[in-house]
Amino acid sequence: MGTSEYSQVAPLTLVEVARLAAPYRDQPDQLMRVVLDVEKVVPVFSPQVTAVIAREMNLSQTEVYSFISFYERLYTGERGKYIIHMCQSAPCHIRGAKEVLAAIEEFLEIKIGETTEDGLFTLAYAPCIGACDVAPAIMINDRVFGNLTPESVRDVLKSFIREEVSGWRR
Amino acid sequence: MIKLTIDGRLVEVPKGSSILDAARIANIKIPTLCYHEDQAVKANCRICVVDVEGRPGLQASCATPAEEGMVIHTCSPRVIRARKQIMELILSRHPAKCLTCEKNGSCELQTIARELNLTKSPDYTTDIRKSVIDASSPSIVRDMSKCIICGRCIEACSKVQEINVMGRENRGYHTMVVPPYGKFLADTACVNCGQCVQVCPSGALTIHDDTNQFGDALMAGRHTIVQVAPSVRINIAEALGEEPGTVSTGRLVSALKILGFEKVFDSDFSADLTIMEEGSELLYRLKNGGTLPMFTSCCPGWIKYLETFAPDLRPHLSTCKSPMEMFGPLIKTYFAEKAGIDPKDICSIAIMPCTAKKFECRRREMNASGERDVDFVLTVEETARMIQAAGIDFKNLEETPFDNPFGTGSGAGLIFGATGGVMEAALRTVYELVTGKTLEKLDFEAVRGFDGWKEASVDLNGTVVKVAIVHGLGNARKLIEKVRAGEADYHFVEIMACPGGCIGGGGNAPRTWAKMAKRIEAVYEAEKELPIRKSHENPFIKQIYAEYLGEPLGEKSHALLHTHYVDRHDLLTT
Amino acid sequence: MEEVKVLTKNCGKINPESAEEYLAVGGYTGLKKALSMSGQEIIDTLKAAGLRGRGGAGFPTYRKIQFTYDTQADVKYVVCNADEGEPGTNKDRILLSQDPLKIIEGMTIVAKAIGAHVGYIYLRGEYSYIRETLYAAMRSAEALGYLGKDILGSGFDFEVRLASGAGAYVCGEETALFESIEGRRGEPRFRPPFPSIQGLFGKPTVLNNVETLANIGPIFAFGPDWFRSMGTEGSPGTKLFTVIGNVNKRGIYEFPMGINLKDLIYDCCGGIEDGHALKAVQAGGASGTYINADQIDMILDIDQVSDAGGRLGCGTIIVIDDTNCIVDIVCNNAFFFKEESCGKCTPCREGTTRLYEFVNDIAQGRGSMGTLRKIDTLTSVMNDASLCGLGRSATVPVTSAIRNFYDDFIRHIDRDYCEHCRTAGSV
Repeated sequence: MGTSEYSQVAPLTLVEVARLAAPYRDQPDQLMRVVLDVEKVVPVFSPQVTAVIAREMNLSQTEVYSFISFYERLYTGERGKYIIHMCQSAPCHIRGAKEVLAAIEEFLEIKIGETTEDGLFTLAYAPCIGACDVAPAIMINDRVFGNLTPESVRDVLKSFIREEVSGWRR
Repeated sequence: MIKLTIDGRLVEVPKGSSILDAARIANIKIPTLCYHEDQAVKANCRICVVDVEGRPGLQASCATPAEEGMVIHTCSPRVIRARKQIMELILSRHPAKCLTCEKNGSCELQTIARELNLTKSPDYTTDIRKSVIDASSPSIVRDMSKCIICGRCIEACSKVQEINVMGRENRGYHTMVVPPYGKFLADTACVNCGQCVQVCPSGALTIHDDTNQFGDALMAGRHTIVQVAPSVRINIAEALGEEPGTVSTGRLVSALKILGFEKVFDSDFSADLTIMEEGSELLYRLKNGGTLPMFTSCCPGWIKYLETFAPDLRPHLSTCKSPMEMFGPLIKTYFAEKAGIDPKDICSIAIMPCTAKKFECRRREMNASGERDVDFVLTVEETARMIQAAGIDFKNLEETPFDNPFGTGSGAGLIFGATGGVMEAALRTVYELVTGKTLEKLDFEAVRGFDGWKEASVDLNGTVVKVAIVHGLGNARKLIEKVRAGEADYHFVEIMACPGGCIGGGGNAPRTWAKMAKRIEAVYEAEKELPIRKSHENPFIKQIYAEYLGEPLGEKSHALLHTHYVDRHDLLTT
Repeated sequence: MEEVKVLTKNCGKINPESAEEYLAVGGYTGLKKALSMSGQEIIDTLKAAGLRGRGGAGFPTYRKIQFTYDTQADVKYVVCNADEGEPGTNKDRILLSQDPLKIIEGMTIVAKAIGAHVGYIYLRGEYSYIRETLYAAMRSAEALGYLGKDILGSGFDFEVRLASGAGAYVCGEETALFESIEGRRGEPRFRPPFPSIQGLFGKPTVLNNVETLANIGPIFAFGPDWFRSMGTEGSPGTKLFTVIGNVNKRGIYEFPMGINLKDLIYDCCGGIEDGHALKAVQAGGASGTYINADQIDMILDIDQVSDAGGRLGCGTIIVIDDTNCIVDIVCNNAFFFKEESCGKCTPCREGTTRLYEFVNDIAQGRGSMGTLRKIDTLTSVMNDASLCGLGRSATVPVTSAIRNFYDDFIRHIDRDYCEHCRTAGSV
């Protein structure tokens, strides 16, 4: 732990963060909105980023950090480009979520809480994501994938990887 | 008034009381941890739960309003079972290190554990909160393995001081109360005021213990010269179990002598010195269009606060050092010469009600004497522990006076410990300096009291000097905003980081406003009895200027007694 | 069994983002009537209808609104709780994504009753993909004059704002939800003060579940007597029952209150899939009781389920077949509460983890009769001393499972446990 573990954020990115936060100075109830907006433009909520949000909104870095660290879908640490939320609640559990999870862990070689080395995927715990009608289900960022089997979840992950590589080539 | 029944007893309480208030009126003890009489109700520890007939479950007595006709049981088997289980849950995360913990004997958690008679083997396996001890600050030690997540420190730092150093991180079982990103205190905006330590019910936040340095100095044969702050003589007896506001100046000096301090000097003297320099500086600024309002600079918590949050306003700060840091160089120059001691052999120590002074004495620029002007600082609490460890029967000690040449302070120096005291002391001198008239009534009532923001104006031969007194850093923030907005229409402002002033500083026994009232009353009562009540009338002050310093703001004064400040705003950008 | 589609009438049949289409199928009939009523008249109508909360608590809806109506304040709020975090539940998502204007119409009527001009929909972060639908629907409604300033020329203003969650089940708790909207951690507040007096931003607030709000428009359109003609006396109206798990036909079904659980499982949902036997049913979401096959002859209305020792809650029914181990299921349930505890109060912060540890010990063959005793003490204290409902609710599944499946737990204690737990490991 410690602030030194975070790499320096590009100054232009910090300017963008400031631009997103500045309209809501002295409006602490807009913190969730600001955080969700900033999440799209920064790779990680590093100390510099939260310090800028705090400065612009007239909050303390502690409040911003404390807020982010409370919510399961927000990260104060490194996260991959795609966050796989593995639903571990009962409806998915009794329809084979464990096997699906094992398949993901084996395919990506990471466990829950970890990020792949290439920074592409973070595997995260999730409580019920509200897709019980298609259990077992996962979310990857904002998208739901349901009725999964160990084979079909591998296909889903492969499609993401394929999209990444082709994007890079472009 | 409303009537209710608690444990079979009929009790009458004012409307608006909580069940906890009602119990206290009835002399019924209900244990509390997160509850603090000076803070907002939190109701998260749940140790104060009681059984209210007709309601499901148990109710937190701190958060439940008392109602007419309520029937309450505070010690039924169901309630006791809940209390014991809650304690077991807390203690299963807590290191069993009471015997070697700084809070041994003064820990609220320990007291409840003892009173609940938790002798059966616990239901839960031990799983101590993982934390690295943070001793990065010279003033405060954080050991979060002892934290019970009550949130009292968060409230002190965020609601009163408005600095927000620590907050809750994560949630559920893994909740911790820490600075963001696992920062150590030294990397945060913490100003070392110690108000968090004042409210911590366990040993998670404690004062950095420097008592071993005294033993080391003695063993190395150094000359241990100690200065004692105004507030210490008011608060040391309380720290040793006596009533708040018991003044014990003479007994304190005796105890320090028994412990082995070679010379015991009175910081009230250097407080007088500060008034001479600062009063002259104020007059200089008034006459020559200097930066106004001028801010007092004797509070190291306030200094670090301004350096961090408003370094652009540094020109407003008086360049005077604090009484402690004015004294330091004089001990290693003037006194060393007079006593024929090599300054290198002097260990200059200060006993303060203040935790931030431990930071102040380490500031790089505090070496005007050529050596470290103050080698280390001991707080009231540490001194009390040293007295206890030495087996001294403090209550029955005889009285000893301070040593000379620094044994006399005026009443103006003594009142430094109270909010408004520095201002009042300054006004007593400035008034006479400017008008040439004798001040008839020495008590400036307008600057006294616990109101967080006080204002007054004094007529100095036609010039009206407008002053303000603020205490608690939340009010300091308001002051800064006012200055930046161009609305601070004052000439001189006194700022104290700790609410109530130094008498409520982080280095004292844990405070409540009720105790503070008694402490402050003692300050003003004790001051009235002193023969000299104005700084410029202190004969030893006149002597040191005549013999050594020359005149206030003169060359030697500047070299030894004035300082400069740094820019720390980068603490807010990482 | 015939479904009675009141709440789900429009789902899948209209463009959810079109106020015109909503109007064309009879939408806003209720609002038009309510706009000409006084606040007390609106409340009396709801009282006559007997609508009770559909989010879990089953509190009489009119009473909540009455308390807020009675409180004097310059500003009041209406909040729609769309945090839907109860495992197994997605009925609110269906309603919000396929018929959002029905919910907003309900909010508008409640707002009219109490004199609120701003409403919030607190949408869980996992449902962020329906935000655009909600925004579009609101824009459409505003363009048609059914939302925003001077609704239908009545002089009544009401706007709805979207607030977002970010992954915290506890934010479904009323005061935790307020904390989250206010830009803080979702930690529940102690009561008093009660939300109808000091709620969102410290102002009197009415908070309702999505499904509750969906009932309000129809009640005003067709009248309280019509509403009472469905369901039971204690629980009038229809209910969305979500049946998931090991049944042949999983899904959301809308029936009048008062159907039998047995019929729901076997008639409506086609019984247990693959010919297995029913092992257990958990009704009401994660905090529901586990009942065994002998106990499923139960009428599903709020009071009758409660009298039987259970909780209808949000109407989620999880059906578990005999290929599962009940101890493993309870372990999974305890894990859920452990992860979702907000951490503010001692009994829940520490207790949910310790409870999970105890159940897991039993599941892993490390338990003893002493573990059962410890569970009993811990759950009693969590129930007695927790600050909010989460700490209390976390105990219900465990205690009910031990009560109704005692033999299964004893088998695990006797080290005679099942393959399922042997290979499971902790979650």
